[in-house]
Amino acid sequence: MGGGFIRRGWVKLVITGNHAVSYGAKLARAEVIAAYPITPQTEVVEKLSTMVANKELKAKFIKVESEHSAMAACIGASAVGARSFTATSSQGLALMHEMLHWAANARLPVVMANINRAMGPPWNIWSDQTDSLAQRDTGWLQFYCENNQEILDTIIQSYKVCEKVLLPGMVVLDAFILSHTSEPVEIPPQKLIDEYLPAYNPKYKLDVKDPHTFGGLTSPDLYYELRYKIQNSMEDALSEIKRADSSFKRKFGRGYGLVEEYRARDADTLLIVSGSMSSTAKVAVDMMREKGERAGLLRIRVFRPFPKDEIRRVVRRGVKRIGVIDRNISFGSEGIFFQEVKSALCNEKRKVPIYGFVAGLGGRDVTVEDIINIKKSIKSNNRLKDIIWVGVKK
Amino acid sequence: MIEIRFHGRGGQGAVVASGILAEAAFREGKDVQSFPFFGVERRGAPVVAFTRIDSKYIRLRQKIYTPDYVLVLDPTLVEKIDVAKGLKKGGSILINTDKNPDAFSFGGEYTVATVNASNIATRLGLGSKSSPIVNTTLLGAFSKFTGIVGIKSVLAAIEGRVPVKRKENMLAARLAYEKVRF
Repeated sequence: MGGGFIRRGWVKLVITGNHAVSYGAKLARAEVIAAYPITPQTEVVEKLSTMVANKELKAKFIKVESEHSAMAACIGASAVGARSFTATSSQGLALMHEMLHWAANARLPVVMANINRAMGPPWNIWSDQTDSLAQRDTGWLQFYCENNQEILDTIIQSYKVCEKVLLPGMVVLDAFILSHTSEPVEIPPQKLIDEYLPAYNPKYKLDVKDPHTFGGLTSPDLYYELRYKIQNSMEDALSEIKRADSSFKRKFGRGYGLVEEYRARDADTLLIVSGSMSSTAKVAVDMMREKGERAGLLRIRVFRPFPKDEIRRVVRRGVKRIGVIDRNISFGSEGIFFQEVKSALCNEKRKVPIYGFVAGLGGRDVTVEDIINIKKSIKSNNRLKDIIWVGVKK
Repeated sequence: MIEIRFHGRGGQGAVVASGILAEAAFREGKDVQSFPFFGVERRGAPVVAFTRIDSKYIRLRQKIYTPDYVLVLDPTLVEKIDVAKGLKKGGSILINTDKNPDAFSFGGEYTVATVNASNIATRLGLGSKSSPIVNTTLLGAFSKFTGIVGIKSVLAAIEGRVPVKRKENMLAARLAYEKVRF
């Protein structure tokens, strides 16, 4: 959906987050797209299949019988050197779990979009990050987007990064709040994207003319080192993401970084958030600033690799207290971003109290008022708790 | 920032209307957001959709609780649900009905406009007689009633977004622009 018109020589369309993903994959010239087209799937692949059918996008669209097979098809395609893409959500992502490990361990730069939807039962198609965060340890890079423009841009950037470090990447967007919300998105010219993202041409690939075996039995003598290399590549990804982001910014005028600071320079209370909730939280920060409160925000855009140094740098400037807001939960522990932030800061010389909030599970709306109340409770609450629930009906 | 809420029934095109309005405003240089009520839709069931319009970049991503304008695509909804819920004081309601605006009272704080969009849409073959598709018609009336978006932008957005019967949809909007009462 979405007509468009041209402003300043660039096409700008009012499109949903789902279609921003589709346009991103199209501009990246994905060559193989495999998907299972039923709920919790979204219009991402519907649009892509139309683009392929209309020959706007030269790609092979493979309609598979499950998400597990969708990822398997992407793995196969990537192994022969094709740029491959898929999209899914919640239960569909969970079904891919085994293959997610396979893609990363085989060092295949598959890129996928995951629309954050809550896990059932009960059946719930609304926003909740638990699905993608449960895939934390599979070796995929994870990007959490704030708006539809960032979604399109991140699909393109992630191919550049993933093909450099040879690891797969997941671009994550909130269900409905981004996926079904239309807003203006600039579609860069294909020519400039091609300059930014040249064709994928891996050094090692499956080739009948040059036969090799990949992924065979490997003894403890070597397996350990292969894991060590993946960790090194993940660490390299931190600088590769920054590099890909700054060259993108030079070319297209937009950059995002590993983390984004918003009025955080002199903040004494720092709110740490991710995803689309960051937008509403920024409005709340503006309102608090108008009242003279020194509130600031840090949005974590990249979750894997986790940008520990960036977080430490911001906190070291003199932040007095931190509130982490999670739209997810690790049952039996706490919010997952909260865990990660605490672990990044636990060896710091100066201890800063960190409060963990769980909000908005299963698509519960998180409002400006909620964010302001979170900030208030940080100020008034001196007792640290593992979880502070936001608006839970007890 | 202007916040608009659409009330319709599944199949009448409320969600598409929220997108066309957003695009019309975007064509006039505004920032926009449009989204359906985040729910599961069924044909005939009450549906809600939203549009935000601002001359500045729109950051807010919470739902719309206190709209400035309400559009009602189905006249039977006025009795079934509180269409004025949360509407800002001095806000406006546009209803698809054959009645005059003074037939409606929402506590006196609101301006009411009416247009017989069902009649216009049916005559132009938009939807069927029992379930006309009135979304584009109502947007023409909205343009005249509120002045928030020009009719030219509404027509251009309809042309860009409506997949079938573009001419009829544009004509419907134009007729409603002439016929809206307030």
